[in-house]
Amino acid sequence: MLQQLGHLPMGWLLIALIAVFASIAFFAGRVRAERILLSGEQSLHSRPNYHGYFVAMWALVPAVLVALAYAIGAEGISRNQLVSELPPAFDLLSDAEMKTYLDSVAQAALAREDTGTDLVFTAVTHRYLEIRGSLNIGALALMVIGALGGLIFSRRRLGTSFRARSLVERGMETVLFLCAAVAIATTVGIVTSLLYESIQFFRAVPIWDFLFGTRWNAQTEAEFGALPLFFGTFTIALIAMLVAAPIGLFSAIYLSEYAGPKARGWIKPILEILAGIPTVVYGFFALLVVAPAVRGLAIWINETLINIGLTTEPLLAAQPTSALAAGLVMGIMVIPFVSSLSDDVINAVPQTLRDGAYALGATKSETVRNVVVPAALPGIIAALLLAVSRAIGETMIVVMAAGKSARISMDPTSDLTTITVQIVSLMTGETGFDDPKTLSAFALGLVLFAVTLLFNVIALRVVQKYREKYD
Amino acid sequence: MTDPAPSTFSSPEAIKRLKRRRAADVRFRYYGMGAIVLALGALVMLALSIGSQAVSAATYHVARYDVTLDRAVIAPPGEDTPEEISRNVDGFWSLVRNNLLETFPEADLDRASRTEASEFITRLAVLPAARKVAAEPQLIGNEMTVSAPLNDDLDLYLKGQAFPERRVRVGSLSSASQQEAGLARLEGQGAFTPILSAITSLEADGADLSEGSVLLTAGSSTGRLSDLQPDAASLELLTGTLDDFRSGNATARIIALPEAQRVVSDQQIAWTLALKEMGRISREPRWSLLTNSDSTYPELAGGLAALVGSLFTMLVTALVAIPIGILAAVYLEEFAPKNRLTDFIEVNINNLAAVPSIVFGLLGAAVYLNFLGMPRSAPLVGGLVLALMTFPVVIIASRAALKAVPPSVRSGALAIGASQMQTVFHHVVPLAAPGIFTGAILGMARALGETAPLLLIGMVAFVGDVPKGPTDESTVMPVLIFTWSNNAERAWEPMTSAMIVILLAVLLLMNGLVVFLRRKYERRW
Amino acid sequence: MDTDHTPQAAGTVTPPTADALPAAAPRIDCRDINVFYGPTQAIHNVSLSFPDRAVTALIGPSGCGKSTFLRCLNRMNDTIESCRVDGQILMDGQNINDHSIDAVLLRSRVGMVFQKPNPFPKSIFDNIAYGPRIHGLASSREDLDAIVEKSLRRAGLWEEVKDRLQAPGTSLSGGQQQRLCIARAIAVRPEVILMDEPCSALDPVATARIEELIDELRKRYCIVIVTHSMQQAARVSQRTAFFHLGNLIEMGETEQIFTNPREKRTEDYITGRFG
Repeated sequence: MLQQLGHLPMGWLLIALIAVFASIAFFAGRVRAERILLSGEQSLHSRPNYHGYFVAMWALVPAVLVALAYAIGAEGISRNQLVSELPPAFDLLSDAEMKTYLDSVAQAALAREDTGTDLVFTAVTHRYLEIRGSLNIGALALMVIGALGGLIFSRRRLGTSFRARSLVERGMETVLFLCAAVAIATTVGIVTSLLYESIQFFRAVPIWDFLFGTRWNAQTEAEFGALPLFFGTFTIALIAMLVAAPIGLFSAIYLSEYAGPKARGWIKPILEILAGIPTVVYGFFALLVVAPAVRGLAIWINETLINIGLTTEPLLAAQPTSALAAGLVMGIMVIPFVSSLSDDVINAVPQTLRDGAYALGATKSETVRNVVVPAALPGIIAALLLAVSRAIGETMIVVMAAGKSARISMDPTSDLTTITVQIVSLMTGETGFDDPKTLSAFALGLVLFAVTLLFNVIALRVVQKYREKYD
Repeated sequence: MTDPAPSTFSSPEAIKRLKRRRAADVRFRYYGMGAIVLALGALVMLALSIGSQAVSAATYHVARYDVTLDRAVIAPPGEDTPEEISRNVDGFWSLVRNNLLETFPEADLDRASRTEASEFITRLAVLPAARKVAAEPQLIGNEMTVSAPLNDDLDLYLKGQAFPERRVRVGSLSSASQQEAGLARLEGQGAFTPILSAITSLEADGADLSEGSVLLTAGSSTGRLSDLQPDAASLELLTGTLDDFRSGNATARIIALPEAQRVVSDQQIAWTLALKEMGRISREPRWSLLTNSDSTYPELAGGLAALVGSLFTMLVTALVAIPIGILAAVYLEEFAPKNRLTDFIEVNINNLAAVPSIVFGLLGAAVYLNFLGMPRSAPLVGGLVLALMTFPVVIIASRAALKAVPPSVRSGALAIGASQMQTVFHHVVPLAAPGIFTGAILGMARALGETAPLLLIGMVAFVGDVPKGPTDESTVMPVLIFTWSNNAERAWEPMTSAMIVILLAVLLLMNGLVVFLRRKYERRW
Repeated sequence: MDTDHTPQAAGTVTPPTADALPAAAPRIDCRDINVFYGPTQAIHNVSLSFPDRAVTALIGPSGCGKSTFLRCLNRMNDTIESCRVDGQILMDGQNINDHSIDAVLLRSRVGMVFQKPNPFPKSIFDNIAYGPRIHGLASSREDLDAIVEKSLRRAGLWEEVKDRLQAPGTSLSGGQQQRLCIARAIAVRPEVILMDEPCSALDPVATARIEELIDELRKRYCIVIVTHSMQQAARVSQRTAFFHLGNLIEMGETEQIFTNPREKRTEDYITGRFG
């Protein structure tokens, strides 16, 4: 019996119950309010609907709390209970092995799989289902009690002078605030999860070795010197910025200073298409077109240099995936980030400054170069910083086109790896969370988060200052 | 200090200097135009390179095999339930292969040829036929035409994308006579001159033809040429009869790539050409791209599972990110007191919008998978991760929309005694709704194209079945693109491009909707 | 435009409304100026000349076209796409609207000061030095230093800023910024200085200083000033032109305009009945 209850579709059940109780409570409150209205000579402070909402709110809050507690805690509680009941022989298992074992138990139990001939496993599975079943029943009962309790308690409070609306509105405001607080929760979640796993990693690998070690070989040899990754990330971002900064900036200047409104109306949205293309598409483009082209060019340069006798060995690595290919395509991707924001700030430069330059007899390009761009410089720098942060955090292009060899090489046609590439390759394997391999991904993530955050904060500050100056 | 004489309009120095400055001015303008051209050029190149590949994947070659559904093969006693029939790939496949061997008796001769014939059609390609028969058992024992896509390499060959091939017409042949050791002798005055001159020109371009093949096709017969002379050549018949060469026009195919380095052998080319000549191969639109799920065989693979996976993922994202985003925006814009806490929330939102997406993947892996023990590879988890990424975007867009509603609306409503909550939800939010929804759609479009965080929560696994719910193992469109692009076979390139075009089409549709909504509801206060 | 018919000595042709002018040759002579913004006409057939070494004030209610007219004199209207200017503006006998005249060179001879002080986001020194640099007026660093000092002295700003020439121009007070802009205009050695309500953003003390400065500058330059304030026009100008709805209503000695206007509308405006 309990085992059958272990199979209850709790997710749907809880949602359905919450909906049912909310509607019941709403009508209970509303009907009572209407009755008061009909019987009494006094009018109500709030409209009957608000009384309904009030009662529904009281029923909803305990029910939702129970559901949330169940969603977060049920699995952990049942596992802990199960572990405490396991025979002493299981104590030999390490934490990781125990987790794998429990995973297989949970999977087998919930999938109603045939557990095979292993009698111990079958027994454990059944026990797991029993614990789960009793938890399910407990949760459902708690929810019913909570919801009904809230309903009955709140329904009593209704009356002619009862300020249902203000209370409902205060409740709603709390909900609104909680929604806004999700932003904090997310940040806290990111920071704590990155820090927590990173600290575990730094227990195994000294932070100094991680940040300044020059050998990265996480997959096979447990060498965690991340300097080559930082180098690769930096190099590719640099190549990207060498493409995006001039093109983006000149595009912005052309759009805001030279193009007529009609051309601007066409070109600007088309440029912004570049920002809307999924990065995996850019990655494929890099793989399909740019990387072979870069390789062909590098081979041609090698051959030419050898032919004219400047070198005897090939100068460039000319690998099938290369930092240059990834950087070029990433540069294309970040063009709109540079051009869009730069365009905004250039447009914000007051016309009087331009007039002042023209009145001195400056030509248009002199006005732009000597007056408009310097005036917009903080904003342009912010745009470039945001673009750099984009380029550093970009994943798919480098995963597909930059390669996986962790090395420090000045040759842009060799393949370099980046922080993001390594995070992906470390996290897509089937390894547990206590493996230094997995943990190192979090340490890399922490570095990535810190660096991009720094860039963003500076950029946002600069933009804010700039806005204040000209608004 | 005295003023020098004022410069005039036409002093030679001034003119010279002015010329230089004007030239710099023009140059600067060209830099700007050059930048725009480069940026747009990159976009065009991207579109063209992917588009042209995708076009080739939009159609594929399907071969037809007329088979008799032999009960003993496809539904032997004891294995004749519909379920077993639908799984009897081997049975159906052997029917199809036997049909092929009947068509080309020479293939039945030795093991190697039989293997080559077997490669014509992937085993799993008969699955639709098996399912159809399982659904309609009365078909058993009757004739049936089984359509199955051609092996991806042959498909590419027919599309001319497998390797370079030069085709030339040969002159009319005067005689074709059988000689010893399976060789035939073809003769014709100057018949082979075109081949020889084509070979010369190819070799002049640097091609090495020493191990290449020259195939001669007439009607449904094909043979390999050797011993080429202007008026005569030896022919090793690969399929068909010599009669075809006596009567019809023959076409030679010159392939420089040695047979050993090709994925398609001369024999397979011969059979493919013969089937095509018989009208049994046709080029059809590849609907399977939308109706099939992933497969290890490019000719069978499709994006249905990924499409459905994307749909579930987006559903979860939308259900979580849009309400939370809108309500948070309403709070921050309409209710939030100006204090440290709300300032902190604002800073958080701005920064979250710029956190690299992969960090959200790490968060999802650590919190949802490891801490909360949610299932790997599930749209539920993917959707929740993307929701965290999307809701700051929704908040920012919604706040802009709310800000655009003039204060007079609020004062108007407050003045007739509405509470602040009523004012906001009855008046302000409805007026801001178009802006809020366009922001939400844009956020969803971004989430739909996102790949990296989903890789970290295991959505990269091979998924052969269409997911039935948000907790089933699943993948999404961009991840499928990534997976396909990693596959080695050449045929995946156009397939990947086609999938990209589908994804971009969906994104374009969403953005089009945004433009439409903006045009329709745009309001200037 | 047919410059062939233009007599070389432009001053000998007397504009119709200028019969009360002193005999001095005008620095700028405008004939039949019409200005259009797209389809709407902003200036109707204005003919007006400006004498050298004197201040001419353009007054009139807002929107009467006086600023637009002023911007014709150094072709600042070129920067506005929809704007079209017809008519002849003669300077040294040459029509400045002619295609052969480069606006860039013209503006180096006709400087301009704007309503709001608009120093460039550069140092005080670079603000002044910018014009001489682009026009190649200084052959050496010492030359440039001299030009900067002279310009600042003429603008009456030298004593206040000589110790902080590298401070940003925006760090000055509003009145100082406006004098900086005047110094910037002087540094290019113009012959004409146009001022578009130069004091409207300043407090009375700063305004008084600028007015003193204008009076000082009158000895060297032809100055045209647009102003809203009739008191200011009376204080600084020798000649006044009254604009209304894009038409030049009356032009004459400042004293005569303010004491004995010939036109009813001028009188109404000056006595505050409209505007």
